[in-house]
Amino acid sequence: MVTNITNLGRSGLSDWLIQRVSAVILALYTLFIVAYLLFNPGLDYYTWSGLFAQTWMRIFSLLAFISLAAHAWIGLWTVTTDYMKSTGVRVGTQLVIILAIFVFLVWGILVLWGA
Amino acid sequence: MSTMRSLTFDAIIIGGGGAGMRAALELAKSGKKTAVLSKVFPTRSHTVSAQGGITCAIASADPNDDWRWHMYDTVKGGDYITDQDAAEYMCSEGPKAVFELEHMGLPFSRFDNGRIYQRPFGGQSKNFGEGGQAARTCAAADRTGHALLHTLYQNNLKNNTTFLNEWFAVDLVKNADGDVVGCIAMCIETGEVVHVKSKATVLATGGAGRIYASTTNALINTGDGIGMALRAGFPMQDMEMWQFHPTGIYGAGVLVTEGCRGEGGYLVNKDGERFMERYAPNAKDLAGRDVVARSMVMEILEGRGCGENGDHVYLKLDHLGEEVLNKRLPGISELSKIFAHADPTKAPIPVVPTCHYMMGGIPTNVHGQAIMQDADGNDQIVGGLFACGEAACVSVHGANRLGGNSLLDLVVFGRAAGMFIESALNEGVEYLDASESDIDSAMTRINRWNESSGGESVADLKVELQSIMQNAFGVFRQEDNMQEGVKKLAELRGRIAEAHLVDKSGAFNTARIEALELDNLMEVAEATAIAALERKESRGAHSRYDYPDRDDVNWLKHSMYFPLEKKVGKRDVNFKPKTVDTFEPKIRTY
Amino acid sequence: MSMLQVSIYRYNPETDSAPYMQEYQVDTQGRDLMVLNILEMLKAEDTTLAYRRSCREGVCGSDGMNMNGKNGLACITSLSDVVKNNKLVLRPLPGLPVVRDLAVDMGLFYKQYERIQPYLQNDEPAPAIERLQSPEERDKLDGLYECILCACCSTSCPSFWWNPDKFVGPAGLLQSYRFLADSRDTATQARLAELQDPFSVFRCRGIMNCVAVCPKGLNPTRAIGKIRDMLLANAT
Repeated sequence: MVTNITNLGRSGLSDWLIQRVSAVILALYTLFIVAYLLFNPGLDYYTWSGLFAQTWMRIFSLLAFISLAAHAWIGLWTVTTDYMKSTGVRVGTQLVIILAIFVFLVWGILVLWGA
Repeated sequence: MSTMRSLTFDAIIIGGGGAGMRAALELAKSGKKTAVLSKVFPTRSHTVSAQGGITCAIASADPNDDWRWHMYDTVKGGDYITDQDAAEYMCSEGPKAVFELEHMGLPFSRFDNGRIYQRPFGGQSKNFGEGGQAARTCAAADRTGHALLHTLYQNNLKNNTTFLNEWFAVDLVKNADGDVVGCIAMCIETGEVVHVKSKATVLATGGAGRIYASTTNALINTGDGIGMALRAGFPMQDMEMWQFHPTGIYGAGVLVTEGCRGEGGYLVNKDGERFMERYAPNAKDLAGRDVVARSMVMEILEGRGCGENGDHVYLKLDHLGEEVLNKRLPGISELSKIFAHADPTKAPIPVVPTCHYMMGGIPTNVHGQAIMQDADGNDQIVGGLFACGEAACVSVHGANRLGGNSLLDLVVFGRAAGMFIESALNEGVEYLDASESDIDSAMTRINRWNESSGGESVADLKVELQSIMQNAFGVFRQEDNMQEGVKKLAELRGRIAEAHLVDKSGAFNTARIEALELDNLMEVAEATAIAALERKESRGAHSRYDYPDRDDVNWLKHSMYFPLEKKVGKRDVNFKPKTVDTFEPKIRTY
Repeated sequence: MSMLQVSIYRYNPETDSAPYMQEYQVDTQGRDLMVLNILEMLKAEDTTLAYRRSCREGVCGSDGMNMNGKNGLACITSLSDVVKNNKLVLRPLPGLPVVRDLAVDMGLFYKQYERIQPYLQNDEPAPAIERLQSPEERDKLDGLYECILCACCSTSCPSFWWNPDKFVGPAGLLQSYRFLADSRDTATQARLAELQDPFSVFRCRGIMNCVAVCPKGLNPTRAIGKIRDMLLANAT
C-alpha cells in the first residue's frame, strides 16, 4: 500500500468522496448566489447584509467555505504531488497552501459572525 | 575467459513459454534454486498465439468421454509413429494438468452447468473412431494460449520464480563426460555474456517455423534449443515432420484457429464447393490437419483455387452468425479484419496451408530427459539435459499433431520434467565441472560473430534459407527437389559461417541476436532437409510425390538425425502402453 | 510518390550523449503495410536499429510504440491508419526510460502489475475437477483478461507519467479488477485494502487516454470505476 506522509493518513476513497461532495455543495452555493443576484436587481447593502444576517445563510455559507477549503487542499495536494518531485519544495509549498487556506477560512468565519 | 561472471542454479529453464513456465512452476514450488531464462518477456512467447484450445478428456461436453479415446485419436493422428507410452501418459495425466490450470485461474469459457467449455476439433472421435465426432478441446474463447501463458506467468510470480527476462542462451556447456552442465547466456539489455552453471538444463525453446518463408509462427521461433543441441552433437528425431496448418491467412501467414471449423465453419473452392466432402467423407473439414492441408493444395493445383492467381481457398464462417463469432471466435474476427480485410460475418477468409508446428525435436522420455543413441542403437540418457514442449519429441505427435494437443503437451510434459528434476535433485546428482576449454568451445560461435569483419548480411541469408525450405520442403516433396535443397543448404551453411555482424555494440543489440538465431535456423533447416530426403515414404505431414504410400515395413520408425555425421538413422517407436492394449497400425482415413 | 518519410527516435547509450531523430525513406511500392513491416525493412538495411517484436499479430504486446503521436502496436497498425502527409514519426513509449532506440525499460510497468497480486487466490481446498463458474460469472471477465501487457495505456496516462512508482496505472488496475471480478477469487477484501490509499487507484482522473489507445479495445477506465464502486460499497 502506498503511503505518503502529507496525506495525513487519509484514504484515497475519503479524498475522492470529499472532493465530490464538496464540489456539489460549492455548485449549489454558486447557483444560489447567482440566482439571488439575478432575482434582486439593484441590490443594495441592506438587503445583502440582511441575507447574511439570517442563521441558515450563515450556516450554508460556512458549509461552502469549509467545502472550498477541503476541495482546495485535496486538489492542490494532488497537484503538488504530481509535479513537485523535490520533497523540500513540495512540503514548503504545501505548508504555504495550508496556511493560506487556514487564514481564509478563519477570516471567512470572522466576516460571517463578526459583523 | 576468466573475467566472465558465472551464475549457479539447481535448474535452468531456457524458454519462458508454456512448457518452460510449467516446469519452472513445479520447481519453484519445490524450493529448488530455479531460473527461467527467456529471450523475450515470458508473456511474449509464442504460446500466447495459440487460439483454439487444449484438448483433454475432462468429460465436460460428454460425461462419458474417455482419455483412451483421446489416446487413440492421438496415435492415429500421428500416423502410428506416436510413442504409445508417451501418448498414454499425456492423455491420462491430461485432466489433472488441465484442472490445475483452472485452479490457477485460467479463465476457461463455460457451459451452462458451470463446467469448462469444450469444442470439436479435427481428428477427434468417440469410442476409438466408432462413435462419431467428439468435442474435446477446452477453450477460453479463441484466446486459450494467451489465457494459459498469462496464468502460468502469474502463478510463477506467486511462487517467486527467478526470471532472467530478455536473456539469450547462446550454447550449451558440456563437461568432459559429455554431460550438459549449463550454458553460455547473454543479457540482451547490457550485452554481458555469462556462464550459467546448472545440474539440470531444460530446453523449452519452442519451435522453429521461421525456417519457412510463410509461417504462422512468431518472429522469435528460430529453434534456438534445437540449434544448441545439434551444435553440442545431440541427435534430433523426426525432423522431417512439419505441420502445415490448413488455415493461415493468405498473404500474412497469421493463424486462424481450427476451432473455426470446429464451430461449424468450412472450406470452399472457387466454385463455392465444400471440397473436403470429397477428400474426407466422414470428418470433412475436421479431418487431420495434414489431410486437410493436402486437399487444399490439390484443389489449388487442379485449378480450383480462389482469387486472381487461384492460389488460396476460402474459409466460410458467415453462416455461423454474429453471435457465435463474437462469443466463441472474437479474436479471429479481429485478425481477419486486420490482416485479410475481411469481416467474417459477411465475407469468407482467404486461407492457405502455412507452416505451423514442428513435430520433431530433441528425443526425450516422458520425464523430459534427452535421449541419444549408443553405437549399437540403444537409447542412452544425456546427463543434465532435458527438453519439453515443441522443442522436444517425446513423441506424442508422431507424424502429425492433432489440434489442441500442443497446449496439453506443454503443460503435461513441462510438469513431468519439473517433477522428475525435483526428485533427481533430491536424490543428488553430481557432474564434473566444466573446464576452461569446455567453456571456450561453447563460446566459439559468439566469438566468431564478434570478430567477423566482412561477409554477407544476416537478413539476406535468412531470406535465402527460408526460400530454399519453402520451395523444396513444403506440403508435397520429391527427391530431386529435395536433393537440390540439401545441396543449396550445404552451400548456404558455408556462407553463414562467413557472414558479417556489422553492429558489435553491447546494449540491446538485436542484430547480434538475429545473427545467433540465423545459426539456429540453419541447424534446424539442415536437419529437416536431410531427414526428409531420407524418409522414403509418405506418412502424416511428410508427403512425397515419388513415394506416395506409407511404408510400415521400413518406416514404422522414428528418424534420428545425427549432426556430426549428418546421417539419418532409425529409432523404434514405442508400441507398449502400460495400461491399455497397443493400437495396431491401420489404414488412416477420416 | 510512394517514398514514405520515416523519422525514428534513435539513442544508443554506448555511443550517443543525447537522443536524436533519424530520417529514412522507405519505398512502400504503394502497399498498405503495417508499421512493423517498415521497421523490418529498415532493420535489414540498418542493423543498428533496435526495437522489440515477437508474434507480429497483435497478441504478444512486444512492439508497443508511439506512432505519429499515438501509442499502439506496430504490427497491427497499418500505414493508412496512422500516416499523414506521407510522414511517419516513431518514438518509444513515453514516460519510461529508454534502453535503446524504440525499446524502453518496462521495469516500473511490470512492478505495478506485480503489485496487484495478479493471480487467482482462493483459500478453499480445490475440488477434484475444475471449480464451477456459470457463463454469466465468466462473462464478467470478458474485456479484462485479454490484456497483453503492451503498456500502451499506462504510458499514455499522465497520472502514470507523474507517479509511476505509486499509481498502479490502467494496465495494472484492469488486471486488478480482473481478479476482483472473478467469482473464484476469495481475496477481495485484501485486494481492496491494498488499493484504498490516495495514489494506487485514485490518481486516475478519468481522462480515458488509456481507452483511446488500447490496441485490444479494452476499457481500463471502466474497470477503475468499478474498483472505486467496490471500495465505496466496502467503506459505507
